[in-house]
This record gives sequence, C-alpha cells and structure tokens, in this order.
Amino acid sequence: MIRLSEIERIFPVGGETVHALSDVNFTVSKGEYVAIMGPSGSGKSTLLNIIGLLDRPDKGVYSLEGLDTTELTDDQQASVRRNKIGFVFQFFHLIPRLSAAENVELPMILAGTDPAERKSRVLEALSSYGLSERMKHRPDQLSGGQRQRVAIARATIMRPDIVLADEPTGNLDRSSGTEVIQILENLNDNGITLMMVTHDPDLGKRASRRVRLVDGRISADTGSP
Amino acid sequence: MKVRDIVQYSAKALSGYSVRTLLMILAMAIGVASVIVLTALGEGARVFVTREFSSLGTYILIVLPGRSETTGGPPPLLGETPRELTLEDALFLARNSVVRRVAPITVGSAPVSWKHREREVTILGSTESLFDIRQLTMAQGRFLPAGDPTRGSGVCVLGHKLKTEIFGNQSPLGEWVRIGERRFRIIGVLAKKGQSLGLDMGDVAIVPVASAQALFNTSGLFRVLVQANGRDAIQKAKKTILNTIRKRHEGEDDVTVITQDALLSTFDRILLAMTLSVAGIAAISLSVAGILIMNVMLIAVSQRTTEVGLLRAIGAPSRQILRLFLAESAILSLIGAAFGIMLAFLGTWAISRGYPEFPVTVPAWALGAAVFVALLTGLIFGVLPAKRAARLDPVQALSRR
Repeated sequence: MIRLSEIERIFPVGGETVHALSDVNFTVSKGEYVAIMGPSGSGKSTLLNIIGLLDRPDKGVYSLEGLDTTELTDDQQASVRRNKIGFVFQFFHLIPRLSAAENVELPMILAGTDPAERKSRVLEALSSYGLSERMKHRPDQLSGGQRQRVAIARATIMRPDIVLADEPTGNLDRSSGTEVIQILENLNDNGITLMMVTHDPDLGKRASRRVRLVDGRISADTGSP
Repeated sequence: MKVRDIVQYSAKALSGYSVRTLLMILAMAIGVASVIVLTALGEGARVFVTREFSSLGTYILIVLPGRSETTGGPPPLLGETPRELTLEDALFLARNSVVRRVAPITVGSAPVSWKHREREVTILGSTESLFDIRQLTMAQGRFLPAGDPTRGSGVCVLGHKLKTEIFGNQSPLGEWVRIGERRFRIIGVLAKKGQSLGLDMGDVAIVPVASAQALFNTSGLFRVLVQANGRDAIQKAKKTILNTIRKRHEGEDDVTVITQDALLSTFDRILLAMTLSVAGIAAISLSVAGILIMNVMLIAVSQRTTEVGLLRAIGAPSRQILRLFLAESAILSLIGAAFGIMLAFLGTWAISRGYPEFPVTVPAWALGAAVFVALLTGLIFGVLPAKRAARLDPVQALSRR
C-alpha cells in the first residue's frame, strides 16, 4: 500500500546540505502497525511527513495504493490527505478559538460535507472517545489527554486508511499517554494502517513492526510479521 | 468547502481577535463614511445651484447688450461701444411666436425715502411680465400693472426686506415714497424669496421700466429676460432674438444671449467634476484603511502559522488557504462599509440639521461605489497576506508550537 523507493530528502542548512533521508526503501502493507524509531535528527518526522504528503522527496518514488504521489498537483495531494490520511501531532494542533466539536468538524468542512451529516458524525466520534461532555469546551479548557483524544477524533473523522502519529504521547503524562496509545491501537485493530514516530522503546515494543532510522538511513527493520 | 462555511470560519477567526478587528472596521468605516459624506456635499452643491437657477424661472433666455467674445484675441484698438439695447428692441422681441413673455430690465441705485427714513437700494425698472418670468409672489398688494411699457407711472413694489426696514410692521400700501427725485405710490410688497443669482429680491424697489429710465436718464436696458414657449423653443428663440436684433441694429451682432440651460449644464459639469475629485480625495482615506488591513492580516498570518499548517495537514489545498484569508479581508471591509454608511447618514443628518437650507443628499451611486471600493480595497490589500499564508510550508508551519 505504501511503497517508498530510493527516497532522498535534502535540507540546506547554512552553506551545507544535510541529508535528512537518503536511499530509503520501505514498504508498508494495509493494516500494519509500524513504529518508526531512532535518535533525534535521524529523519523520523521527515519520513512521516513525506508519507503524509506534507513534504515532497527530492528524489525517489513514493506510491500510495499504486498511485505515484510525486506527480500529483497540490489540489490532488490535499484531497489524498483529506480522504486517506489522518495526522496526530505531539502538540495536538487544535485551533484554540474553536470548540472541541468544531475542531473535529473541520476536515469535513474542508471536504464540503453536508452540515447535518457533520453534526451527527462529530457527535458519534466524540462520544466514542468519551468526550461527549466536553463538546463545547475550547482546547484550553481540556486536559492534555482530552486534547489528544479530540485530535484523534479529528484525524479519523474522514475514515482514513492511514493514521500517522508523530510522538503522540510526547506531551502527555503516562496514564493519559497509555490511554491515547490504546485508542490508536484500537484503530489499528479495526484495519487502519498505523504509523507512529516515537523514541520511547516501551511504546516501540508494542508495535508489530519496528523501523529504526539512523542518520537518514534505515538501519534496522523487523519487517512485516 | 462551502461558501457558507468559508464565511463562518473567517468570521469566527475575526471575532477571535476582537480589538484588532474592531480597529480595522473603524478605519474602513471612516474611509467609507468620508467618501459618502463628501460626495453628498458635492451633490448638495449641485442641487443647490440647480435650484437657484430654476428660481430664476423656466425656459429663460437672458439678452445682454454688447458682444462678449469668448474666443479670445486682442481687444480692439479703438474701443467699440456697444449699441444700446432699447426698450423698443425688447418690445419688438415680444412679437415673435416662439417668445411667450419679455421683461426688459433697467437697473440702478437710488435712495428710497419715507418720512425721515432713507435707504440706498437697487431700483429695478421692469414690466408686469417680470412677475411671471422670475416666478415672484406677493406678500401684500399687487405687482406692477399691465399697460404700455413705454409710459411710466408713479407706482412701485418693494422687496420684503426693504419694506420691513422702512415701514416696520406697518402696512405700506398706498404710502408715497421718494425715489431719487420722484415720488412713487407703493402698490405691493414682494413675498420673502431667497437670493437668486446674487440679486437679493428682498432688497429692491421695482418701478415701471419707463419710470426707471427717466429716473436714471437712460434709454438703454441692463438686460432683457425672454421666456420661450417651451424647452424645445429655447434654441429657436435664441436664433430669432439674434436675427431680430441684428436686423434692428443695422447688421451688427451686438448682443449676447445666454440660455439658462447652457449655464446650468456648465455648472452641472463643473460641480460634478468637483464632487468626483472630492470623493477621490476621500478615497485616499480608504486606501489608508486598506493598508491597515494588509498590515493586520500579515500579523494574523504569522500568528496563525500553525493553524495554516494544520489546515494543510487535514486536507486544505493552498488555494483554499488563500480563499479563507481573502474572505476575512472581504468580510472586514464589508462590515466596515456597513458601519461607514451608518456613519455617513449620521454625518449628513448632522449637516442638514446645522445648515437646513443646504440640500445634502446621499446619491445612490455613491453608496454603491463606496461599498464596491471598500470591498476592492480589502481584496487588493488582502491578496499579499493571503498569498503569504497559502505559500507557507506545512512542515515548518507545524513544527512551531
């Protein structure tokens, strides 16, 4: 489903160029649970951003469900992100002036979904994450764990095939972190491909497949089970 | 994304920063209001002049002795003295079929005295036609009687102001006043009527034209007012007047005919140009508001970088980001324009309270133009910030907290 071949990503830093990713070859099948690990600066987030179509590789081919994404226009890429991919971030990135329900509704607003359908789906998603009491609360009135659950609800409201999580527990205490991981794993159990960047070895162990990056290259891959 | 959702999202974003939004709306409102108020003033001036002209009477042509060359050129070496325009000329004009009425006018200045009171006023010599041509109304008594204009009689009509100054609240009808060396019996008083073309009809004494000519010892006329049969007859009347006078003056074109229409349309053009230039100056304040919008939107974009990154991540193409920020500018300018219109109506109301005789009207086109220009300003100055937002790199935008 996700096929990366000879991916390279270069950033100019000062006068020099830094290879954030070089010669990355990597395939993920549908429904996998992959943990991307490695020291900071090893290119984990860059890899996730490329998979999520937020970043473009400088070289190589990334095909998603057989589609060569490097040839898509900005509009087409946005449509793929909207319909197939859900993002969960370390800092949640909820819009502070909007309520929990409005934050979750946002992807459907961008997609032009009918308002009545939006309302019922938001209600359904928030209550399944135990947030029906917090619908009208703004992010600053929510705890960290609640905020991340709202973010997950937003990431999954468009029923994506892939959820990409970048250090989803990095900003949470242990108990709410575990709660968030359980929700994500539950999504994976229901067939969603889950890719998670983390440098917590305990979290990594829970994944069925672990990919280790060092200096922009894959140094270890436990492979598909 | 649906239009309604775009508007809702942008409106919410604006209300999130209320002080900044209010200041921008205020700037836009002042810009729009100044455009509308200044246009209304210009339009008021135009209406004012038009009204002044129509108080002169309708379908009027003014015949002046002497030829006024408007084409320039050096003045003649030996000054050519214009032939006088005589009372006979005027009466001859009245015989034309396109002419309805003719009022010859002689003007001079003489002291008017009654008992021990004396005032130097403008003496107007004319006929009973003046009453209809100038559309006068009487406060008391009657106007000059009809009769042979070449024969003077000792009657006079006083302007309203002159009557009050000499007679106070007494009725002057039947009293005798001395004008210059002659005595006149007062037969009427004009009703109050504003100034028209600089001549205050309240401060005159009107006597039969022949009496005035005798009083000032002249046979020439100051001018002749001719009323044409209708609007279509004005041009024809002008030609006829010129022809008639040329024949009577041995082939010399020595009078000038001014039509009210020509004067009016000249004034109209001048005042319209004035209105537009004043509105243009006011539009500068609109562009200042536009620059303010640009500034504030640029700040908004940099403050909401992560929001833009997030919108990109959850599936907004950069075009959509552009549209969202443009919508914010457009909403700001429209709300600003709405407040501006309210402010403008408040302003014109205040002006009309302060100067009731000056007609301040807000022309409909000015409203439309002000809203249109406000929207245009908002969009033009909103493009740069919106483009900047649309071009943000989502990865970098999201890497900020």
